[in-house]
Amino acid sequence: MNMLLKNREALLVVAILALVALITLRFPGFIAPANLGRVYNDTSILIILALGQMAVILTRCIDLSMAANLALCGMVAGLINVAFPGLPIPLVIVAVVALGAALGSINGLLVWKLNIPPIVVTLGTLTIFRGTIFLLTGGQWINAHQMSAAFKGLPRADLFGIPALSWFSVLIVALMFVVMTRTATGRAFFAVGGNPHAAVYTGIDVGRTRFLAYCLSGALAGLSGYLWVSRYAVAYVDIALGFELDIIAACVIGGISIAGGIGSVPGAVLGALFLGIIKNALPVINISPFAQMAISGMVIIIAVAVNARAERRKGRVILKKAEAH
Amino acid sequence: MAEAHVQIRHIPDRLQSRGSRLLKSWESLLVVVALLIFVANSLASPYFLDPWNLSDATFNFTEKAMIAFAMALVIIAGEIDLSVASIVALTSTAMGYAASQGLGTPALVAVGLAVGLACGAVNGLLVTRLGLPSIVVTIGTMSLFRGIAFIILGDQAFTEYPASFAWFGQGYVWWVFSFEFCLFLGFAVVYAVILHMTNFGRAVYAIGNNQTAALFSGVRVARVKFTLFLLTGLMSAVASICLTSRLGSTRPSIALGWELEVVTMVVLGGVSILGGSGTIGGVVLAAFIMGMVTFGFGLLNVPGIVMSIFIGLLLISVIALPILYTRLKRRMAH
Repeated sequence: MNMLLKNREALLVVAILALVALITLRFPGFIAPANLGRVYNDTSILIILALGQMAVILTRCIDLSMAANLALCGMVAGLINVAFPGLPIPLVIVAVVALGAALGSINGLLVWKLNIPPIVVTLGTLTIFRGTIFLLTGGQWINAHQMSAAFKGLPRADLFGIPALSWFSVLIVALMFVVMTRTATGRAFFAVGGNPHAAVYTGIDVGRTRFLAYCLSGALAGLSGYLWVSRYAVAYVDIALGFELDIIAACVIGGISIAGGIGSVPGAVLGALFLGIIKNALPVINISPFAQMAISGMVIIIAVAVNARAERRKGRVILKKAEAH
Repeated sequence: MAEAHVQIRHIPDRLQSRGSRLLKSWESLLVVVALLIFVANSLASPYFLDPWNLSDATFNFTEKAMIAFAMALVIIAGEIDLSVASIVALTSTAMGYAASQGLGTPALVAVGLAVGLACGAVNGLLVTRLGLPSIVVTIGTMSLFRGIAFIILGDQAFTEYPASFAWFGQGYVWWVFSFEFCLFLGFAVVYAVILHMTNFGRAVYAIGNNQTAALFSGVRVARVKFTLFLLTGLMSAVASICLTSRLGSTRPSIALGWELEVVTMVVLGGVSILGGSGTIGGVVLAAFIMGMVTFGFGLLNVPGIVMSIFIGLLLISVIALPILYTRLKRRMAH
């Protein structure tokens, strides 16, 4: 099991290196450290979101409402900033993370208490969250000149030569790594997805664990909401429209099994980076940005096919062992 | 949590009579809701009860409902197809391209149906041959199919359709009855027969209730599932022909977000999202309800995005309410 995961991540690293090499052949400047740093910075938000989605997928659920949650939290962050320009930015961040977690907890409660299939719940909340942005603003935009300098400046703030946006994602990656590998809650995510019935007998509350996963993905979507709006310095109803597919794609590419229980933090990060590199490379090597949607779709299908093959092989091995006994 | 795994089955002393079962069914509840909305609408707006206005209102749901019939079968069989709206977009783009090359109306329809079937075949092969979960496959193809439409069209649009092509979406068969509405009724009958009166329909229920048991009772599970994905592809193509003909133009963002409305329609119609149960009659009623609600909101000048909040709430509450109701009833019984 551990070997398999190691192999998968090694495989992804090789795939990413091959991709970068291929792009560098067409455009030598791509490999420059400064440019790679920019690509990472550009992928930071996707990495944060993919880690939240990973927690949910590990428990055999799915969160299609993340992008809408991000958009709503981003808009609220913008509205707070417009109403109280003097409010310290850390407070704004705390507010939107709390809001995101609260929105995620709605998903979690519906899945936990009413046993409604996660896909239906999050398809529903996806439209409700987006619609709420419209109700809040009447379709109005918040533009760069309405935001305070501190609000817009934070993601760009330089710390040891690296923008704060990248630091945010590094911090979240480290945090999630600790949560997933060193805490009981992290183990519970894997246990619930691996075998819900067995999890019950080991004393894990399956519904509560799923609820926690949704709160986590919601909180990370809330944080990403602030980062997105402050980075692009604009907030409107349709920001990050369709981004939920990119998030799921990153997870699937990263080897997180949609059937739950299998996945790792490095995998999700590598999956997000793979997509981020493709996204940044297309314009440089003269492929129309319109092709990006089709490419993500193709990559999702290939990745899920490869994953399924790996998982099936694992199943056979276990059966053989059982026969041998 | 442990309680959920201990199933207590109550066996009643006397089974319900046919009449009382019919009265308590989901479909009769839908009839009541439909009537209420109809009355509320006619009270809210003086323009509602005009035959031509009502005829216009049917365009709100006929295209989506045609996809919903096929989707109902897919969901009853325990799968899902989230790529339907993208199939509509790709089919429409293909027809637009064919029209720009000077093809006539019959050829355009043939192109549309062929592309729809091909998309359905891609989904079906990925699900049945590779054994992949349909939700991930169709999330992938949802992005792939619309992505191809974006590659072909970019920010352009196809608008040069032959004049005779307009009939599918704008023509009337008799008085206020549009071609689309008649097609919708026709397909309702066809799908009701397929699902409720044929071996194929039985197999669909069997697969949805217990795939392994179905396999061991001789149902060709993979073949049935493949056929179902072909059907959703085909129905998406039919819907796309009607929609393209009605709008007279194709952009890659055509029918954006329809998959949500189609799934909502199916679930509202009483089809279990977990598979194994549901009727076409329920889906027809759900289509009428959603169409009338949308039309009523439109008459009251409610913006589209607010309607989508309502549809999202409807989707969740339609599933949540029966669960809460049975839970409440169980608590009362104890």
